[in-house]
Amino acid sequence: MSRDEGQTDSAGHGGEGRHPLFMPLVLLGGFVFGVGLAVSRMARPEVVLDFLQFEDFGLLFVMGGAALVAGPVFHLATRSGGRAPLTGRVYELRRKTLDSNVLLGGVVFGVGWGISGICPGAAYASVGIGNWPILAGIAGMFVGAYGQGVAREFLD
Amino acid sequence: MVLDSLTLFPEGIAHYLLGGLLIGAATAVIYLGTGIAAGASTFLESTLSYVSNRERFQQFRFVQSRDWRLVFTVGIVLGAAAYTALSADPWFVTEVSPTRLFVGGVLVGVGTRVGKGCTSGHGICGVGSLAEASLVNVATFVAVAAGTAQLLFALGVRP
Repeated sequence: MSRDEGQTDSAGHGGEGRHPLFMPLVLLGGFVFGVGLAVSRMARPEVVLDFLQFEDFGLLFVMGGAALVAGPVFHLATRSGGRAPLTGRVYELRRKTLDSNVLLGGVVFGVGWGISGICPGAAYASVGIGNWPILAGIAGMFVGAYGQGVAREFLD
Repeated sequence: MVLDSLTLFPEGIAHYLLGGLLIGAATAVIYLGTGIAAGASTFLESTLSYVSNRERFQQFRFVQSRDWRLVFTVGIVLGAAAYTALSADPWFVTEVSPTRLFVGGVLVGVGTRVGKGCTSGHGICGVGSLAEASLVNVATFVAVAAGTAQLLFALGVRP
């Protein structure tokens, strides 16, 4: 297992050493994340498909706006050399190794996104906006993730 | 075709930008508090660790993070539901067929796990980190997805 996938340090992900506010903060973050996906209407597959068919480029502002806020925060926190108060984790940028899997995964994900208009975060939010047929898509994601996990066990 | 703001953005940009800023703020708050660059797709494998004894899913990183990833996902559902209940935006049911959703979902499930991330992990945290792998991944999946969606449309798949 490559280190970049890991995040296996004991601080932060473990049951021990977590601050009592860890879970409430994660819940709050998820909540705001979900509001953002609903506000942007990215939780509607139709809006994503309109973007992919070049009929409405608004999605650029969703991804761009999100990266515009997260980017500087990530960089400033990392540069501070500090540690996260709720876990003690050192701030590190999210940098995964660029290898053929990144490219292959991007292609497979792209075909799936183009067929369905759904991606993981937006699909969870889609449940919240009442879009019950999305459960078929989420079921598909679990099937796909399970299948690739089993395949990897044999390949690795 | 005349490329003015109405043809590029027939629905305007305000709600897109506001939604994006909120998503970015949520990511930033979790990061500042915990040091975790949260993506939404690892939830799939970490949740499978509850039900599958396979070594692949019983890895430390999945078992150790599965509880907070579940809480994060519940938060996403609740946030979207609370917004829809309280705003003027109506409840929404897609017209995209369950078959398309399922088949696309399977490929999304495979692709995000092989490619080490999705629209939030790579697209927000990775791009925000200016990570080469994420920039390559996002450029790849956007281009492939656009080609796929247009091919399906050209083949008459509606909706």
